[in-house]
Amino acid sequence: MIGMRMKALDLKLIRDIWRIKGQALAISLVQASGIALLVMSLGMIASLTETMTAYYDRYRFADIFAAATRAPELALEELRSIEGVSAVEGRVVGGGLVDIEGVDAPITAQFVSRSADATAPLNDVHIVRGRAPDPVRGDEILLLEAFADAHGLEPGDSLPVTVYGARRVFRIAGVALSPEYVYAIAPGALAVDDDRFAVIWASYDTLAPAFNLDGAFNEAVFRLARGVDAARVIPEIDRILAPYGGRGAYDNGDQVSNRFLSEELRQLTAMAFIMTPIFMSVTIFLLNVVISRMVQTEREQIGLLKSFGYTGGEIGAHYAKFALFIAIVGAAIGWLGGLYLGRVMTGIYQEYYRFPFLLFETDLRTIIYAAGLSVLGAGFGAITAVRAAVALLPAEAMRPPAPEFFRNAKGATKGFSLPLDRPTRMILRRIARRPFRSLALVFGIAAAMGLSVMMQFNHAAINHILHASFRVIDRSDMTVRFTEAIDEAAALELSKLDGVTHVEPFRDAAVIFVNGGKEHLGSITGVTSAPTLNRVLDDELRPAPVPESGLLLSAPLAQLLSADVGDEIEVRFREGRRPTISIEIVGLIDVMIGTPAYMSIEDLNARLMEPGRVSGAYLSVAPDARAALQRRTKEIPQLAAISVREEVLTNFEQMLSEGPGVFRVIMTFFATVIAVGVVYNGARITFAERRHDLASLRILGFTKAEAGYVVTGEIVTLAIAALPIGAVIGVLLWTYISTALSTELYQVPTVYDPAGLGVAGCTVVFAALVASFLIQKDVDKLDMASALKARD
Amino acid sequence: MFPGALLDRFAERRQAAHSQDPDGFAFRASGLTKVYGDGAAAVHALRGVDLEVGRGELIVLLGPSGSGKSTLLNILGGIDRASAGVAFYESAELTAMSDRTLTAYRRRHVGFIFQFYNLMPSLSARENVDLVGEIAADPMDAVEALSLVGLAERVNHFPSELSGGEQQRVAIARAIAKNPDVLFCDEPTGALDSKTGIEVLRVLKDLNERLSTTILIVTHAAATAAMADRVMHFSDGRIREVVTNESKADPADIHW
Ligand SMILES: Nc1ncnc2c1ncn2[C@@H]1O[C@H](COP(=O)(O)OP(=O)(O)OP(=O)(O)O)[C@@H](O)[C@H]1O
Ligand SMILES: [Mg+2]
Repeated sequence: MIGMRMKALDLKLIRDIWRIKGQALAISLVQASGIALLVMSLGMIASLTETMTAYYDRYRFADIFAAATRAPELALEELRSIEGVSAVEGRVVGGGLVDIEGVDAPITAQFVSRSADATAPLNDVHIVRGRAPDPVRGDEILLLEAFADAHGLEPGDSLPVTVYGARRVFRIAGVALSPEYVYAIAPGALAVDDDRFAVIWASYDTLAPAFNLDGAFNEAVFRLARGVDAARVIPEIDRILAPYGGRGAYDNGDQVSNRFLSEELRQLTAMAFIMTPIFMSVTIFLLNVVISRMVQTEREQIGLLKSFGYTGGEIGAHYAKFALFIAIVGAAIGWLGGLYLGRVMTGIYQEYYRFPFLLFETDLRTIIYAAGLSVLGAGFGAITAVRAAVALLPAEAMRPPAPEFFRNAKGATKGFSLPLDRPTRMILRRIARRPFRSLALVFGIAAAMGLSVMMQFNHAAINHILHASFRVIDRSDMTVRFTEAIDEAAALELSKLDGVTHVEPFRDAAVIFVNGGKEHLGSITGVTSAPTLNRVLDDELRPAPVPESGLLLSAPLAQLLSADVGDEIEVRFREGRRPTISIEIVGLIDVMIGTPAYMSIEDLNARLMEPGRVSGAYLSVAPDARAALQRRTKEIPQLAAISVREEVLTNFEQMLSEGPGVFRVIMTFFATVIAVGVVYNGARITFAERRHDLASLRILGFTKAEAGYVVTGEIVTLAIAALPIGAVIGVLLWTYISTALSTELYQVPTVYDPAGLGVAGCTVVFAALVASFLIQKDVDKLDMASALKARD
Repeated sequence: MFPGALLDRFAERRQAAHSQDPDGFAFRASGLTKVYGDGAAAVHALRGVDLEVGRGELIVLLGPSGSGKSTLLNILGGIDRASAGVAFYESAELTAMSDRTLTAYRRRHVGFIFQFYNLMPSLSARENVDLVGEIAADPMDAVEALSLVGLAERVNHFPSELSGGEQQRVAIARAIAKNPDVLFCDEPTGALDSKTGIEVLRVLKDLNERLSTTILIVTHAAATAAMADRVMHFSDGRIREVVTNESKADPADIHW
């Protein structure tokens, strides 16, 4: 008989699940959200990692990059002989401008000479369209795909550029991708801007003369033998390149594109590992509330089963299966949803990061994670209820329940002496009579709201960074940057251009900070004594005075170097005469983004023994003169890049809404699912507990709405009670997460945006109203006779 | 009333179990007390009950409401624990059993018919009977058991679709389907009209006479006492009087 037909207890299980299907589904969906998030993140992490590794490997992405001013080809032999180096190439890299008809804004170009090694070139390009340049035709180039796409450029088109003040016209032979420019960001820029940054690959013979580097190179790239530590090789490289203006070799961990990718991976991982437990906790909580209530209402049935001789274990297993079923359904939905979202997100990433291929990893291990986590969650969720069921004494369980005991005690009815109507009194008495149950629901709703609050704060924090960076700190209209530090007088020529109302020069220098055993590749920015266009502000946006002498270090940089105010740290300049000097830290500044270091421009120049030099300038420009000015500036010979603040801001916003920012949209959606899930479950439970009362009220002649109010009023009351607790939970979560998500590049500011509380609160109230509406419909359908008969 | 083959099978099993000690007691208890709560609020449901129930006896317990009848049944049936005193089933001491042993005792030997119908609302009549059959050693088929109580037509109905009396009969079918050695009935006919009540009593009598199932029936219908071997009169947590019937009445002759 067994095996052929389903066991009666399992039939009960299935029918019970069906009876509360709405609730079960709500829990499953909360569970699914957590699992989906995990599967999606793990899938994306695996995909990105796999793709990155395969891409880097197949196209031989360099392990070490070392820039120099001018190193003779002979030096390559010496570099190649360093132990652990498996391949080395010298190449010419440099900046320029692209001139596209009809585009006023200057376009930054990065030139890279192509490897002469045809068999195993380092940092090889992947030609998407067209062909490789013909070696005998000096004017043929490869162009970065993103840029080509942004301007509709195709192989065969011509491309006018300005290199070192000289104008040339190249012909596009092909459109390409490179592991060096997965995240193609212009030097010094903050965000990807496809139409303003071009990477141009040309032959060495073409580029070397253009950059005055015949017979020489200004960057060496290395592949290391397997298992060789870059840190061991770098000092050797630096020693060899030092006489040729070596600027300090760095491993690809500091390579811009790679670093952004790694950051992205790190954030994804952090998200997955922070968010999944939060979602799991909410699922566990919901399961606990629902199963506990089932055990509570099925006391008699449990007693009955026990009287037949069913063991505690068998009965416990019955309720555990119930939790497990819901959890497994959730895991299945979550797993499938996670795979789907992972695919969608991977597609978005591929648009955003340029890979020649993107392997979406359907890692089957995620099934195990999903199943394992859900089983674990179900176990935790059910354990107390199952234990209660196991412990129940059969005779005890089957005694018909005594009518609920209501006291007229002062505590329980305090404040109820207000002139309240009967139903409202019923609501308040009930909440007060079962404080723990009410509190549990309040906390569940509050947890959901906390998630919402956190997502809102996250959003606000990003807006805060953008606003601070582009409206408060940087108040310039444009930033120009020269190919190298030039004389101040030349820079001040800029102010003579039409429409320029203010010029604020700056000097920055690439350096390596060294303190004790700690090193950091960074830069020092020299600012004028009272900057007005790009100010030095701390994370609270208060102006920080830049000392006349010595370093003003950002706090995270100081932390990286284990240095503090008063310490002298070693600064190895990577440009000019490349002196190594020690500079005293005279102040620290808390910052929002990055790890900057500031000095006064005079002090910086004096220490470099290059008085009166500037690297670029911030400009204030009359609005109607901007377009004309952009056209004019393109003719300035030493100009390396121009950025327009508004455009940078737009790019950032675009990245946040269209690129990886979609992740946040998904998270916000999940937070809403949780809020609705919790509130709806609470409402269903309250409804089920009050079926008898509701039926009685209806029999006594109360209208459907009046009867429904007893339940909906309770839900709304609990939801409102949850608001302040939810706000507190949100603030705590956000404090934790903003710290956990902060990286060296981004200190996620822990701002608490009151509007975020409002939005999250509205989400909860909205969820409560939706739940109330659904419950009122159940009340409308309530069959009085069966409600009185069946104890459900 | 029972089909012959089934009767033989069930009777054989009982005989085999009893052959070692043919005249033994099913239950013995002495000094059994049960106190609910403590202090001023304490309720003494049982105040020292001594009893002996022979194998295959049919006992009727009578007494005013609140006198402790259900309490005694629950303790002997292994679903509640005594506060003091000892109780034995055969040679096993119920009052000393662990929860696990008590469960096994109920599983193997005991059938219950409760004052309230106590069906699983989410299971049909037949599934409610299966529920017990699945953990019994040699159960009767569910449909067969339901036929015995006149519910062959309603096997697929859910409790909410059955009348109170029909629900009670499902509970009886469920209790007898496992062929228990002892059957506890707490007001089995309380909710039934006299005709149905007589049917139920006839089933119980059959079970007792032909399968020598030991049966304890709690009832408020004093007339039922006529069908018992012995009648125990309860009051205030004690057995006041035990009356042995010279001759047992047939359920058909009982009126209430
Ligand atoms: N859980 C309990 N807590 C407190 N007192 C209880 C509890 N269960 C039963 N009692 C009390 O114990 C006494 C005996 O109860 P019991 O159920 O055994 O009576 P009964 O003889 O079966 O009555 P009835 O004929 O009304 O069913 C009663 O006074 C009852 O109030
Ligand atoms: Mg009773």
